[in-house]
Amino acid sequence: MSYPPQPSAPAPGAPPVPGAAPGAAPPVPPPPGGGYSSPIPIVRTHLGHAFASEWTKIRSVRSTMWTLGIMLVLVVGVGFLIALAMATDDWVGAPLLSGGLFGLMLGQICIVTLGVLVITSEYGTGMIRTTLTASPQRWRVLAAKAVVFFVLAFVLTTVACAITAVIHSSVLSGQTVPEYEYDDPMFKDSISDSGELVATGGQWFDATVGAALYVSLLGLLALAVGAILRHSAGAITTMVGFILLPLIIALFMQAESLKEVQRKLIEYSPLSGLASLFGIPFFEDGAVGGWGLLSLLAAVTGGMLLLAFALLSKRDV
Amino acid sequence: MIELEGLTKRYGDKLAVDHLTFQVRPGMITGFLGPNGAGKSTTMRMMLDLDNPTAGSVRIDGKHYRDLQEPLKYIGALLDAKNMHGGRSAYHNLLCLAQSNRIPASRVAEVLDTVGLTAVAKKKSKGFSLGMGQRLGIAYALLGDPEILMFDEPVNGLDPEGIHWIRNLMKSLAAQGRTVFVSSHLMSEMALTADHLIVIGQGKLLADTSMAGFIRENSRSYVRVRTPQPEQFKDAASAAGLSVSLREDGSFEIEGADMAEPVGELAAQHRVTLHQLSPQQASLEEAFMQMTAQAVEYHAHNLNDPGAAAAAAQADPPLAQNAPPAPGQQGQGPQWGKGD
Ligand SMILES: Nc1ncnc2c1ncn2[C@@H]1O[C@H](COP(=O)(O)OP(=O)(O)OP(=O)(O)O)[C@@H](O)[C@H]1O
Ligand SMILES: [Mg+2]
Repeated sequence: MSYPPQPSAPAPGAPPVPGAAPGAAPPVPPPPGGGYSSPIPIVRTHLGHAFASEWTKIRSVRSTMWTLGIMLVLVVGVGFLIALAMATDDWVGAPLLSGGLFGLMLGQICIVTLGVLVITSEYGTGMIRTTLTASPQRWRVLAAKAVVFFVLAFVLTTVACAITAVIHSSVLSGQTVPEYEYDDPMFKDSISDSGELVATGGQWFDATVGAALYVSLLGLLALAVGAILRHSAGAITTMVGFILLPLIIALFMQAESLKEVQRKLIEYSPLSGLASLFGIPFFEDGAVGGWGLLSLLAAVTGGMLLLAFALLSKRDV
Repeated sequence: MIELEGLTKRYGDKLAVDHLTFQVRPGMITGFLGPNGAGKSTTMRMMLDLDNPTAGSVRIDGKHYRDLQEPLKYIGALLDAKNMHGGRSAYHNLLCLAQSNRIPASRVAEVLDTVGLTAVAKKKSKGFSLGMGQRLGIAYALLGDPEILMFDEPVNGLDPEGIHWIRNLMKSLAAQGRTVFVSSHLMSEMALTADHLIVIGQGKLLADTSMAGFIRENSRSYVRVRTPQPEQFKDAASAAGLSVSLREDGSFEIEGADMAEPVGELAAQHRVTLHQLSPQQASLEEAFMQMTAQAVEYHAHNLNDPGAAAAAAQADPPLAQNAPPAPGQQGQGPQWGKGD
């Protein structure tokens, strides 16, 4: 061993480990064979060390690069193509930044996938056992994973959305809003004095920070679901179902008696919140706006995370 | 020092670990022996707080595992070499674990060097051979330079050189005063490495004894004799006061070490022709199988040997738990294999 061998007999009566809880009497009499004391000092670990650990984990696997890379390409690429397509019309009939929605609808699947994999890959490989022997304070592991993933997802999604928004505003700027649209609430405050379509500060914020927050929360929910189900394919399928099923079910609710249920399903579906943030809500007269739905998503995510924490701390691994 | 008290684990209606109480002491290698499914891995998972015990407790230097602040500096464990993320390099697998315990990155390089994986440190651990994976797991156990080390079947799948390496590593770790707890289902392996022995079967403690004591009680030396004149030989031997037993295949066994010489001379004196005269040593493996025969869960039925099932059925654990070998018992040999 290259590690310096240690003198095997510590001072008699010395606690077996330096830095052991002060005041705690040595629980056992000094072993007859002489104990071993490690020269590595023991300092209290805290969440910061768990962050460092999880950051190393997330940046040292390929799936992170793939999911985030594809997300960037989809959001910016699809956003760019849509901007080009929209530019061929004299009048697009939608808010300036709304075209960013479609790329992000695809890109969110990548974020959801990464959120699931951050936790389920540990179960799939067996790494979770090693992780939890190194950090028996289990809540700390999940909290660090959640924070590291959320920050990373939020920053990159914000960047992707911001690039897309810049593309849309530069490609589509200068469109003249037809007079018949002046009363449409969709274009409230977004018609310049000269009659051109512009984006308000609020619209910029919603289409970048708001949308990224929304998608990152969805990813965090995916992480919680992954921690609960402990199975990659199962958790990803569940999340895709959560995002798409409300709309698909609503599609089949054509009966008149179900109209109200159908409307609620559509209005509260995860995609509805995202569409609202891009200024094209599913219902103009919806009861909740984009930020309302975002708060709802945050509440659901918080609840699932609590469940994930509870299960993690009591289950066998 | 690890102390188990009444440790019990139930899966459904299966009692995997049944009221285990024993201690693992520092400065020596404690072997943890049991047949497949005996509950060794389950016990180790409970020691590391991965599985919750149904009853009982484990204390590490008086503390619960969950209360250890930087556990890798107290206790390093290899449970399964596969418990790493295959898509991550060996270096990063260890680095993230080191960081969570505030172990400097330089230590990662050190342990990789110790186990001989420096050359493949940047390679994904997915592509590692069984032996390399095992070495990576051992590097993880050594990461915090802990005073307690725990290995679950570390020699599994290793080549002779790897086995030799692990044996020496464990010995040197114990010699430094550390506690080494290692599981195996090979008695012969334990005989070579362990100082103390804990045997379990179907989750129950069968023996808690020093290795030397176990060997003393269970190794049996005898001489095997084949002769075309069995009657004459038996009479001569009995007359000389030797304890002779006839085996099913017609050969004789004479108890005692170094008996080949006197038996050969005896045969010459009485003009008995011998076809075979060979000193034999009953293996510890036999003693272990004898002890756990009743506790073996997954029997392979040997179709050619109807005697095996009968032998298993009459098994009687020869070791009293924790009891020092009774003086009268020494050299007496175990109770199996005698002619009848
Ligand atoms: N998660 C589990 N759920 C149900 N039963 C389990 C579980 N883990 C272990 N068991 C059962 O508990 C018993 C003990 O298993 P364990 O893996 O601890 O044995 P072992 O001594 O390590 O065996 P081996 O030498 O084969 O590794 C087995 O019968 C096994 O089937
Ligand atoms: Mg096992």
